[in-house]
Formats: sequence, structure tokens, C-alpha cells
Amino acid sequence: MNSMGEAFSAAWQMLAGFDAELAQIVGLSLQVSITAVVIATLLGLPLGAAIAVGRFPGRQSLIVLLNALMGLPPVVVGLVVYLLLSRAGPLGSLGILFTPQAMVIAQTILIAPIIAALSRQTIEDAWREYDEQLRSLGAHRLTAAMTLIWDTRFSLLTIVLAGFGRAAAEVGAVMIVGGNIDGVTRVMTTAIALETSKGDLPLALGLGIVLIGLVLLLNALAAIIRELALRRYG
Amino acid sequence: MLPLELHELSYAVGDTQIIRGISARIEAGPRTVILGPNGAGKSVLMRLCHGLLKPTAGRIIWHGARNGDVRRHQAMVFQRPVMLRRSALGNVMYGLKLAGKSRSECELRAMDVLEVVGLAQHASRPARVLSGGEQQRLALARAWALGPDVLFLDEPTANLDPSAAQDIESIINAIHASGTKIIMTTHNLGQARRLGDEILFLSNGRLKEHAPIDRFFREPASTEAAAFIKGELPWQ
Repeated sequence: MNSMGEAFSAAWQMLAGFDAELAQIVGLSLQVSITAVVIATLLGLPLGAAIAVGRFPGRQSLIVLLNALMGLPPVVVGLVVYLLLSRAGPLGSLGILFTPQAMVIAQTILIAPIIAALSRQTIEDAWREYDEQLRSLGAHRLTAAMTLIWDTRFSLLTIVLAGFGRAAAEVGAVMIVGGNIDGVTRVMTTAIALETSKGDLPLALGLGIVLIGLVLLLNALAAIIRELALRRYG
Repeated sequence: MLPLELHELSYAVGDTQIIRGISARIEAGPRTVILGPNGAGKSVLMRLCHGLLKPTAGRIIWHGARNGDVRRHQAMVFQRPVMLRRSALGNVMYGLKLAGKSRSECELRAMDVLEVVGLAQHASRPARVLSGGEQQRLALARAWALGPDVLFLDEPTANLDPSAAQDIESIINAIHASGTKIIMTTHNLGQARRLGDEILFLSNGRLKEHAPIDRFFREPASTEAAAFIKGELPWQ
């Protein structure tokens, strides 16, 4: 109990003093996860919209697959990306294993299906409401898809934030493909895992507090955006 | 665009026949009211004419159609208006932009119609926070702005209180006066009398009568129409 109290006070001191090591780890975490979210959104959102308004054979199977991919275990994604990027793997010549780029790739694979599947659902629900009106006004499928993305933009933003939360909080994939190298690929989650096993609880706890704070902040932000949007646009 | 000819038009979903072999010729000019009880197939018939549904049998012929795109010359207002999450002005401009008008042209035309339907002061307000009656007027403005030859209206006042319904009816008359052919559905006899010049009476997916308004109400030719006018419920 006493050691936990000490760890907490040490953690607070690190946070309050903007400890350089802690700041560096938090910075890299944000950099990797934000990059992954941006790429995953650029891939997942158009894919989700296309499936939402498209009618093609195998559509239902694709939706099932996409929904299933939302539950991809991070360690498995890490393993697959590791095999692809390792020296003997098909992409080994890139030489990016154990770099932040490899971590971005792994997290993108992890969250692109989440963004695609959830935006597909959101856009398809809106499509059901708008379908006849948009067709009556002469909108073709591409125009309709763009209109629906714009009209559901606040719900979609919540989905993107959920994707970011998942990326920032996962440990398995970045541990395997990043390697948790001090100062190069060490992010919040991998540092917590390592420091805890080493017994350096203050740093682990400090990072844990930042991580939970970040997740809380994101959810608060999502709630505020939705609330404002509802009040403003109905 | 007109006349519109329906030839043995049928529509079925699975085994359920919704429209059964309707043939009719709808001329330019008179306001056409499609009348009938709930479930008679009024809305489906209108969606078939507008091209939102494909008939399972029969044909729809626009005799006066100019080259190809018949959808361009029609517009439709639905029972529940679907408002986009943008301003009232933005909603009207959206349809105009899809019709290929330039931005400045869109804005001028959109402000004009908003003025006519009495929503100019709400132009910059988000469409979805307007009242039900205002939203339906906005839907009319959005359709009217396109300058259609034919305007379809599906129970346009069904969800509105009497005063809002009155506003809608006078806008419909203004659109009629501007030269647009009005084709609307209603199950409301009073509205049919006020707005109709001719009646297509539907019952159970069949066209029972196609008659000028006076004759329809004075001497209905079918027992179903006579019963409907008298307010009986023979279909129960």
C-alpha cells in the first residue's frame, strides 16, 4: 500500500515537472497513433461509404468480414506485420522493422476495419432515410455518398476518435513490430509493460495516468461535439 | 413532358400485388389528385411514375419527353420531408447544384423561392431545427426551385396541423399557377375537393375511377368510391 502511494506521488511529480523521458514517450505515442488514424480514416471512410451505398455481389459477406475484422487481436496483427517486414519477409527490403513506420502500419491495419465498419453502419442508416429524396433530386451514387458523409460528419468524427482511442491504448502490435526500443520506438503502452516488469512503478503509473486522461479527454470531446452538433443542426 | 401514359402498370413485392394493371392518361393542366384509403397503393403509384420504383409489369410513357432525362423535369415532395444537415438556403441550393446550375445562379433562385414560401428570414437557419410546417414549405421550395414540368406530392400535409396545412395548400396552388403540373396523393376528402381538378381513385391497387372532381363527388361510378365518399369502411 505504502509503495503504491509513493509511486503515485512520484508519478505526479514527473507529470507536474514535464519529465523529459515521459514527454518523449507520450509524444511518440501521439505521433504514431495520430498518423495511423489519419491513414486508416483515408482508407476506411471511403470504403465504408462505398459499401453503404453500393449494391454488388458478395456485399453481405464483405460486411460480415469487416465487422469480424473489428475484433482483430493486436498481437496477431503485430505478428503478421512482423513476418511481412522481417528481413526474410516479402517487405524485408524496406528495412523498417523496429521503426515508428512499422508501428504506424500495424496500427493502421488494426483500426482501418473499425473505421470502415462503423462508418458503413452510420452512412447506411442515413442512406435509408435519404435514399428516395436524393434519388428524386437526381443524385448519383457518388454524389449521394459524399452528401451522406457530410451529413453524418459528427457521428463519423466520433468513430475516428474511437479508432484513435483503440490505437493509443493497444500494446501487442506496437510491442512486436516496434520492439520497445528506448528513445526510438518506446510508446506509452509498451513503456508501461516494461517499467512495470522492471519495477519502476512511478514512470509506469505516470504514463498510465496520461493514457487514461487521454482516453477520457477524447470521450469528453466526442460527447461535446455530438451535443453541439445536435443543438446546432438537429 | 406530358401527357403521361400508364399502360397496364403493375407492381408487386414478392407475392403481394400492390398495383394491379393500372392504365391511365394524365394530361397537362388540371391538378390531379390520387385519392384512396390507406394501403390502396397511392404512394407506390406515385413512386412508379417518378421513377423511384421499377414496375414489375406494364409501361410508363412520357409522351412529351424531351431528349432522354425525364427525371430532370420532375420533382417530388414526400410526406415526411428529408432535410439535409445544412441551412435552409443550403437545402434549396443542393437540388439546384445537382441540376447543374452555377453557384451564383443557385443562390439567386434559392433566395427567390424561399421568399415566395415565406422562409426568407430563416434562410441561414439549419433546416432540421425548423418546425414541421416550415420544413414542408422548405421541401416545396426545394422542389419548386428546380422549375419542374411535373411536381409529385405524396400526402404533403398528412403530418401537419390545419394552419400549416393551409400554408402548404396555398403554395401548391401558386406552383400550379406558375404552370407546373400538380400530381398529388391524399386520403383527405376535403383536401381533394379544395386542390383537385380531377381524381384518380384507387382501391386495393386498382384504378377504380378517373373523373373530373365534380362528377366524382356528385355521382361516383364505383361502389368503393361511393363508400369512401360517404365515409364508410367497406374494406374492413
